[in-house]
Amino acid sequence: MHLLNPDSAKDRLRGADLTNGSAVPQIFADGRLLPPSMDHLDELEAQSIYILREAFARLKKLALLWSLGKDSNVMIWLARKAFFGRVPFPALHVDTGKKFPEMYAFRDRFGEEWELDLKIEPCPPIDAVDPTLPPAARSAARKTEGLKWALTKYGFDGLIAGIRRDEEATRAKERVFSPRGLEGGWDVRDQPPEFWDQFNASPPPGAHLRIHPILHWTEADIWAYTKRENIPIIPLYLSKDGKRYRSLGDQDITNPVASTASSIDEILTELDGTKVPERAGRALDHETEDAFERLRVAGYL
Amino acid sequence: MNMILPASVSATPNGTTSMPNGTTRPQVRIVIVGHVDHGKSTLVGRLLHETGSLPEGKLEMLKAVSARRGMPFEWSFLLDALQTERDQGITIDTTQIRFRTRSRDVVLIDAPGHAEFLRNMITGASQADGAVLIIDALEGVRDQTRRHGYLLHLLGIKQVAIVVNKMDRVDFSADRFKEISDEISAHLTGLGVTPSAVIPISARDGDGVAEHTPRIGWYQGPTVVEALDALEPARPLEQLALRLPVQAIYKFDDRRIVAGRIESGHLSAGDEIVIMPAGKIAKIKTVESWPVTPLTGSHGAGRSVGITLDRELFIERGDVIAHAGATPRDTRRIRARIFWLHDKPLSKGDQILIRLGTRESRASVVAIEKAVDPGELSNEETKAIARNHVGEIDISLAQPIAADPYQENPRTGRLVIEVNGRIAGGGLVLSVDAGQRAVPIDIVPVESALRPEERSARYRHNGAVIWLTGLPGSGKSTLARALERRLFSRGGSPILLDGDTLRAGLNGDLGFSAQDRTENIRRLAEVATHLARNGHIAVVAAVSPSADDRAAARRIADTTFREIYVATPAEICESRDPKGHYAKARAGTLQAFTGIGNDYQPPARAELSIDTSARTVSDATDEIERMLAETGILFDELVDLAANI
Repeated sequence: MHLLNPDSAKDRLRGADLTNGSAVPQIFADGRLLPPSMDHLDELEAQSIYILREAFARLKKLALLWSLGKDSNVMIWLARKAFFGRVPFPALHVDTGKKFPEMYAFRDRFGEEWELDLKIEPCPPIDAVDPTLPPAARSAARKTEGLKWALTKYGFDGLIAGIRRDEEATRAKERVFSPRGLEGGWDVRDQPPEFWDQFNASPPPGAHLRIHPILHWTEADIWAYTKRENIPIIPLYLSKDGKRYRSLGDQDITNPVASTASSIDEILTELDGTKVPERAGRALDHETEDAFERLRVAGYL
Repeated sequence: MNMILPASVSATPNGTTSMPNGTTRPQVRIVIVGHVDHGKSTLVGRLLHETGSLPEGKLEMLKAVSARRGMPFEWSFLLDALQTERDQGITIDTTQIRFRTRSRDVVLIDAPGHAEFLRNMITGASQADGAVLIIDALEGVRDQTRRHGYLLHLLGIKQVAIVVNKMDRVDFSADRFKEISDEISAHLTGLGVTPSAVIPISARDGDGVAEHTPRIGWYQGPTVVEALDALEPARPLEQLALRLPVQAIYKFDDRRIVAGRIESGHLSAGDEIVIMPAGKIAKIKTVESWPVTPLTGSHGAGRSVGITLDRELFIERGDVIAHAGATPRDTRRIRARIFWLHDKPLSKGDQILIRLGTRESRASVVAIEKAVDPGELSNEETKAIARNHVGEIDISLAQPIAADPYQENPRTGRLVIEVNGRIAGGGLVLSVDAGQRAVPIDIVPVESALRPEERSARYRHNGAVIWLTGLPGSGKSTLARALERRLFSRGGSPILLDGDTLRAGLNGDLGFSAQDRTENIRRLAEVATHLARNGHIAVVAAVSPSADDRAAARRIADTTFREIYVATPAEICESRDPKGHYAKARAGTLQAFTGIGNDYQPPARAELSIDTSARTVSDATDEIERMLAETGILFDELVDLAANI
């Protein structure tokens, strides 16, 4: 893994002969030119493409969970790269019915423009959800139930989800290929070993796998890549009247944060200095110490 | 000296040319390992605090949590964010946390020290560029310290810094520090791992983490942060030979795209490639991508690519694409050094699933050659490898795979073992036996009573397979007979294997379909190789029109193979027509005859090429003899004589 370092003259002039001051690129013994090295985003992209292709090769019935947010949009983009333009499995939107109007507009436009096989699945009413959860978590848990319904309906054995390690401490413990129980639950105490990009991809009959192709990305990586690839975004992420959304969920349990960032460049500058967690505006993370973990163990993303 | 910049101070000079979070800074992944309770999570917590990397409010929240539980504040709570972990006081899984030093972005991987969770330690450590091994100054080197050291070696992690923690508990004693330092250095050096630094610290109080303090005034080496700053990101393996394991073949439109990630080396459109283990040859037509396609230029290790080939041939997930002349071995036998994570010990005769690159193959364990608990210092009996132990095993595979020894290529030289659909172990390929067949348990090949040196001393040559290929009528049989006579008269043991002669007997069941031709060549190669292994020179004269079939023969005979292309022009071959076949084929009474059509594929890199229309049989035989002497088959008599004087 090599990353360019602006502080290092050697990196700036990679491929040039420093001692002789010549700009002639190094030649390998077999006469090939030194290939251009990959930058950080290239490496993240290549790794994610590898994961997506492994998932497609090893599972029978895949779907990609499209939450319409910045992360899952990057994920769709990566899937189009991995499969040369078209996503060869359905994009599943588990719809709580409480998203922002801008998100629905985005879904309708780009679902078509990106030629997605879009499947929209509803969530059960709030009464059907574990009443011992705190209010916001209980509301979010509707999505877990909706997901279970969709799993039963289509029989997917793999769900591709756009979670990242840097978002939240419990997500940091995830595997890239993460087995789920028959009820969709996550057994954090008995995760299989996973190393050298060899993945556990044999869920027992009736159970499914979660696949996390952007687990190794950070929030800033997502934005830098969105900018480089010119991926469309929902305008709610940009500052309006001194506030913007860093993370998008249901309207009633998601709050904007104070920000003046009105472009991706400004978001990147803001992230470089911030100490406010990304999910600060997501009420369900903060109700009790373990609310989020309980949601995830039950099958939340 | 404090090497750390607070996260709020951007390394970006003007805020416009570079991106935050490492998009233009080197990112290095570091795993922190060591015995349970030696202070890994405390060190991580401290590092985050010292580097100003903690999210706002996190420290206060954790202090509140501790107070609510009636416990003194622990730095480790920061990482042990899960409910279950706080209750038990140990880290269950691996967690990743980021911070910055002056020159790089660091991703810290905290791995559990408890033996129960070794699989999680391996999951975390396998992603690291370098490691910090932490040791409690009071307790010293423990079994899990040694075990983690051994696993770092097996995972291929070469950069290791040692941290001796809790120095406050031993009154910052330099003698105690030296004692531990000597013991662990000796252990690691024995595994081929040289520690980059050994650092005395107190993670709880901060001594030696980011700054030198007077309490450890006797220590002059780097702080933990300085040591982390010196660890290098692992480089992609661009300098090694091309290895592109095939993930899938996509036919979403009229393109047939072979997709995979370049594990080492580099490729460009136009490259001649070999698809292993079958040994098929093709050229890269295009390098495909999206949204822009096709791509030009060279594509190096680390890239996920898609290529199209210049011909339609059977290729599947698990094949490995390499450049001609630098291919991985194809094999059904592998020796590996592995770590074992499954509850049930691995034993001789066990049926397992091997994953190497993108290939999976059923396999059986032929032998357990060594089994060790890396936490203890003594060897065990070699019947089985228990959970969390390591060992060396001999594996027989159900189908051929392409592999390299790990010292030649770390990516295609490592494998994982699956049991019941779950990864149960993994390790390094120590050696591959090229072209070896899987040996069923109930077949015991009998070794010759003679040693190879005894035979070569008598014949004054080594065993070899001389493979003469060319059009019918090109002069293969004539040359083969002349060579046979020449070798015999110098005291050697040549044996002629003529394609047509064998078709009259051993290969009497075969016709001229592509499949039968392939099998015909395979049997010829097997017989010839058996003779060569026993010291004879097998002289094979066979049209063998298919380059793939000849490549297969070369793999069977391996280093004994010498290919001679009898390159007589087609019109001369037809005018000779010694067997009358050209005439029959022209008359339409002989089907599937190589020579009239374009189905002969000339060799690209034969050891020798001879046009018999341009030289005498005797000259041509001289030339073959010279080639055999130069490539180590025939001994130079003068040298032999000189050696005897």
